[in-house]
Amino acid sequence: MSFLESQQVVKRYAAHLALDKVSISVPENSIFGLLGPNGAGKTTLIRIINQITGPDEGQILLKGHPLAPEDIARIGYLPEERGLYKKMKVGEQALYLARLKGMSRPAALKRLKYWFEKFEIQPWWDKKVEELSKGMQQKVQFIVTILHEPELLIFDEPFSGFDPINANLLKEEILELKKKGSTIIFSTHNMSSVEELCDHITLVNNGKAILSGPVPEVRQQFSQNLIELEFSGSLDALEGRLSDHYKIETRQSLQDRHKLLIRMPQDAAPNALLAALSPEEHLHAYHEVLPGMNEVFITVVNQNKTSR
Amino acid sequence: MNNKISLILQREYLTRVRKKSFIIMTLLGPLLFAAMMLIPAWIGSMEDEEEKKIAVFDYTGLYTDQIDNTNLMVFDYLDPESEPALREDFSNSGYFAYLVISDNLLDKPDALRLFSDKQITMEVRQHINGRLRDYLRGEKLRSFEMEGLDEVIAAINQVGVNITTIKLGEDGSERETSSEMAMVVSMIFAFVMYMFVFIYGTQVMRGVMEEKTSRIVEVIVSSVKPFQLMLGKIIGIALVALTQVALWVGLTLLIVSGMKMVFQSDKVETSPQGTEMVSTATAEQAASAGNFDFSKVLNMAKSMNPALTLGLFLIYFLGGYLLYASLFAAIGAAIDNETDSQQFMFPITIPIIIALYVAMAAFRNPHSDMVFWFSMFPLTSPIVMMARAPFDVPFWQLGLSIGLLVAGFLLSTWFAGRIYRTGILMYGKKVNYKELWKWFRYSGK
Repeated sequence: MSFLESQQVVKRYAAHLALDKVSISVPENSIFGLLGPNGAGKTTLIRIINQITGPDEGQILLKGHPLAPEDIARIGYLPEERGLYKKMKVGEQALYLARLKGMSRPAALKRLKYWFEKFEIQPWWDKKVEELSKGMQQKVQFIVTILHEPELLIFDEPFSGFDPINANLLKEEILELKKKGSTIIFSTHNMSSVEELCDHITLVNNGKAILSGPVPEVRQQFSQNLIELEFSGSLDALEGRLSDHYKIETRQSLQDRHKLLIRMPQDAAPNALLAALSPEEHLHAYHEVLPGMNEVFITVVNQNKTSR
Repeated sequence: MNNKISLILQREYLTRVRKKSFIIMTLLGPLLFAAMMLIPAWIGSMEDEEEKKIAVFDYTGLYTDQIDNTNLMVFDYLDPESEPALREDFSNSGYFAYLVISDNLLDKPDALRLFSDKQITMEVRQHINGRLRDYLRGEKLRSFEMEGLDEVIAAINQVGVNITTIKLGEDGSERETSSEMAMVVSMIFAFVMYMFVFIYGTQVMRGVMEEKTSRIVEVIVSSVKPFQLMLGKIIGIALVALTQVALWVGLTLLIVSGMKMVFQSDKVETSPQGTEMVSTATAEQAASAGNFDFSKVLNMAKSMNPALTLGLFLIYFLGGYLLYASLFAAIGAAIDNETDSQQFMFPITIPIIIALYVAMAAFRNPHSDMVFWFSMFPLTSPIVMMARAPFDVPFWQLGLSIGLLVAGFLLSTWFAGRIYRTGILMYGKKVNYKELWKWFRYSGK
């Protein structure tokens, strides 16, 4: 059963349809990528899940039950537009936000101490937020989001404002949270991090969910039937044998070592290509080339644009 | 849920009360009030101490000794011949001023001049004018050569009116009141109300704007409902306002009573003669900042039922504040920076300004139709009704007005809440009234 489900969610803003019967299904204990161009409706959907605003039609189910106000404590949300009270002290503010999520003061203090030490920002406890660098503020925000150990975490562009070192730290923490049993919704434009982290994705465009599924399947679906073949031997000899059935897209050569990108005909068995190799050609690598999420994203959104 | 509102209002309250500006204002305010009350009285008493000597040169010889001395003014009738000499050496002569009467005043009323190198006070002018006028009136009457004139004049002089206003209590008892006193009190109430609604309403607006521009608001509304956040902020700031009022009143009373004691002991030391009289007079003046008789003022205050008046003030302050604060919150949610606030502040300011004008009319005629209706209308009633309060408003009117005010702030809070919840999450959008109306309509859930 999926952990969180949105069923036919519709949200209208005056004349503008922000969400048009969007259904998503987030499997338990997975990292779910919510993708889409700017203004597609991702943030609206996330706000509905957080009960910041309500859907006009449809509903959200959390473990099979319609979302209730108490469920707020089970969700941790790091919004894209995020900030802190500038004039307030860091520790005091983290404590305040934790207590708003329903934590008791001692429990919040204990966990804050742990996380501040882990992220090495303990000395900043009594500093005002305006004295902190942007990256440090982001760390505080991340800690506050996960502090109450929610079952569902929602990160909207979590890596913006982080340097590569801290972004990596964050990535590890997110994977660690998944390992501990959290379900994570992850919204970003950074497609390489989607490939690295996400198990499932849904792509939203113009208020509609236009593509969903596990990441490997989605990539498979957009496969161009490309095979990369790397071998040593005579390039001309092999090309002569292949050119009848296969289209060679690119070729790269370094002395007598060659790398070919070959487009297979539809429904051709991959093994057929192997049969074309003779004993004189020494095979180094042979693998299917799947499109990256970046490519999938651009292809789908552009298709969607022309088909409308 | 209520637990969250209390968390929010605690934060709002504590961060504001701990601010330097709050502490400074709270300490400086009473000093200023005390100074405002004490300094004019003190300056007045200083000036009055001095005895003014005024030389009179009467070229006609008709008015000798007609201007009598008071305990502050002494008139010396000098030989007109010596005028040039005095004029030459006026500053060393010890005179405050000199008066020249150059012709018969019955024929030429402007043949009268007062010279001085200092500012001549009203009292001096009024005293000279009054005395000479009385004398000339007498002369004029005498010129008709009526029989028994002296008796007539004496009889006329005895005629005089002195109104004492008596307010009839419900049990038929009589209480002395002063409409002047009531006017001052109602003026103070109306003005304080105006100031507080504005100062703290603006604080609500700034607070909302701060949350919006610092982008913390989305983090918070994922934990609490936007309405709770708005309510927590409004109530928190109301408590800040009440704290400030309480501290101001308390500290001002402390300072004034402290100063009064210093004043009195001071007087006793410096003027051994007539101590009793002078010192009490000064203290009374100091305490009431005017020409009221202090004991009388106290009696008046008692006659106005201070518990009821204070209770009304609190009710109308809270009601009026809640009504306007929610509107200010909606404005704060709609805009991204303070310069944009002007166009929305305007319609809120208008009823407040109108209320102030109506309140001024209420001082003169607290029961007119216009004043009545404005004291019922929720947007103006806090100011107008407080201006009426010292003039015995019927209980049914108070009840109706308070009922309408409660309904008014519930309505405005509901209205503002809907604009607020949409506005706080809208960034970088130029907002106009049409846009606000759209927000109001579509934030149904």
